[in-house]
Amino acid sequence: MDSTIFSILLLDGITNGAVYALLGLATVLVFSVTRVIFIPQGEFVAYGALTLAIFQTGQVPGTVWLLLIMALLPPAIISLVSLWAAPQNLPLLVQAGLTVAIVTSFGPLVYRLAYQSLADASSLVLLIVSVGVHFAMTGLGLLFFGAEGFRNPSFWDMRVNLGGLAIKGQAIIIFMVSLALIVLLWQFFARTLHGKALQATAVNRLGARLMGISTIGAGQATFAMAALIGALSGLLIGPTTTVFYDSGFLIGLKGFVAAVMGGLQSYPLAAVGAIFVGLVEAFGSFWASAFKEVIVFTLVLPILLWRSMADGHAEEH
Amino acid sequence: MKLVKSLIATAATLVVSGAAWADITIGVILPLTGPASGLGIPVNNQVKLWPTSIGGEKLKVIVLDDGTDPTTGIKDAKRFVTEDKVDVIVGSVATPVAIPVSGVAAEAETVQLSLSPIELPAGKDGWTFRLPQSNTVMAHAMVGHMKKLGIKTVGFLGYTDAYGESWLRDFTPEAEKNGIKVIAAERFARADTSVTAQALKLVAANPDAMLIVASGSGAAMPHKAIVERDFKGKIYQTHAAASRDLMRVGGKDVEGAYVVSGPAVVAEQLPDSHPSKKVALTYVAQYEKAYGPGSRNQFAAHGYDAFSVLEKAVPIALKKAKPGTKEFRAALRDALEGMGRTVVAHGVLNWTKDDHWGYTPETGVMLKVVNGDWKVE
Repeated sequence: MDSTIFSILLLDGITNGAVYALLGLATVLVFSVTRVIFIPQGEFVAYGALTLAIFQTGQVPGTVWLLLIMALLPPAIISLVSLWAAPQNLPLLVQAGLTVAIVTSFGPLVYRLAYQSLADASSLVLLIVSVGVHFAMTGLGLLFFGAEGFRNPSFWDMRVNLGGLAIKGQAIIIFMVSLALIVLLWQFFARTLHGKALQATAVNRLGARLMGISTIGAGQATFAMAALIGALSGLLIGPTTTVFYDSGFLIGLKGFVAAVMGGLQSYPLAAVGAIFVGLVEAFGSFWASAFKEVIVFTLVLPILLWRSMADGHAEEH
Repeated sequence: MKLVKSLIATAATLVVSGAAWADITIGVILPLTGPASGLGIPVNNQVKLWPTSIGGEKLKVIVLDDGTDPTTGIKDAKRFVTEDKVDVIVGSVATPVAIPVSGVAAEAETVQLSLSPIELPAGKDGWTFRLPQSNTVMAHAMVGHMKKLGIKTVGFLGYTDAYGESWLRDFTPEAEKNGIKVIAAERFARADTSVTAQALKLVAANPDAMLIVASGSGAAMPHKAIVERDFKGKIYQTHAAASRDLMRVGGKDVEGAYVVSGPAVVAEQLPDSHPSKKVALTYVAQYEKAYGPGSRNQFAAHGYDAFSVLEKAVPIALKKAKPGTKEFRAALRDALEGMGRTVVAHGVLNWTKDDHWGYTPETGVMLKVVNGDWKVE
């Protein structure tokens, strides 16, 4: 292995790690506010990438109809706009914006439909519901987008050659967007009233409710943010790989591994963990591509061991 | 997925109750969901176009979804042989599912027409007949083409599943016989977000050509990754990639790729002397009439061929026994083994007692991607 290969692998690992970081953050966010281990997080990624891909072909994505069926006023407006916009072949960025709007609207809807009435159930029940939601969303994905994969056009067709290292525009976009989102989330929680309300709900639901914070509102806001992050991640990876209706699951799972590294509560640790997962994946594929997935997911074991040693005992919610 | 499954089950029940007096029962196992659904759905489309009778006997066709999951596939197959008492099992088109289904078929002494080129240990394929060309037959065409271009070394990038492994195993000896060496082998999975690392390692090994073993639109991502690493040699794809999804997803990066394929997908370009030309044209015309121009593909053609061989073998078997009996199933196997040279859309089949593959080595056709379309080499 020479330095060129090393740097290319490093770049590849960090690029994927940046996307995993976003998903890891979303997983931590959802868990800390609602205690839901949100397995379908990855589905939003696939929905995002594929909704845009269908817009690109000039057709109306199936997600638009689902939104129309599931929701009433505000999301219905998005649906109607999409119905009008789909055949117009609008510029890529407009379609991307519309895609984000569509997929983000699913967040609160999924919460209302699947989790809201169970908000006080145990974590285990919520986890089981998550598995169900995951299967439902994958099945709907197959119905909407078909079995074959799509690859989206690049948002920025640029290539810089630094020595043997070719940096692509899309990779730069992935870094910038990930970084911007992380900073935004941080500012949101540290500075805004809404952010602090969410944080309060995460710390103590009952206490938050006594202070006049709507825990239902907090749940819906959290899921909207998770869906937004998912949709953006989908747009980010869409041009770098072929996305299938069921691709989201594995991507989300890697985000989950990262979130576990952060103990499902620490954002910075989850982000660092995600970069680590990306790097392990890149170098694992180089040395032993047949065992790549095994290597990545085996990572969870020592981490769990270390976390349970470090924490002493898990806090019972 | 559960919802889709129960819908299919309901639909299947309706078919069963609606045609309770049908005589010949065909059980079809296909991946309509899961990673191989891109292969299963076209076959299901073709199954819908099947005629409703063979040799004057009415047909009852039951389609079950295996979800690309071997366990579900076994359950489907067991249901077929115990509850529905099928006369023949067709499927699956996913290699990891077709292999265990063959075990159930052999145990129940029921003919399996596998739509995937499955490798079975010697003596285990007594009831299994394969409709796709064996990887060896396809590798033969590919190696012949490589030899013509003077290629000496090959890098291998394939799925981490039975399809990828069996290609590597069948391709390597065929290549070595012709003085071509596989100098590096890497694996990837369809859902991977990146194959940069594998591509790097392969390009660093600097082979004359790359062989990518993947299916449908999943074949485009590794191809693009290798092109992005400035690989200047030739890139080969296998017959599972011989669908238009390769060009749709791969765009100009797959331009100039060599793809080995059965004759069915390039019916019009076959020379008039090609035995399969007529059948292949019929298949293409029928399928594209139903599902639109350009919708033809390798897998649906296997579904078409499955019916063609049954059309030939069932009347022979009917002379010996009544459908629904053990004797009929045995007679059907004997008929398939003894029906002799049979021209299908994907070549010329000649199954015998010892050979349940049946295609002659000249079946594979080399295609080149030129201006986003296939061109016969």
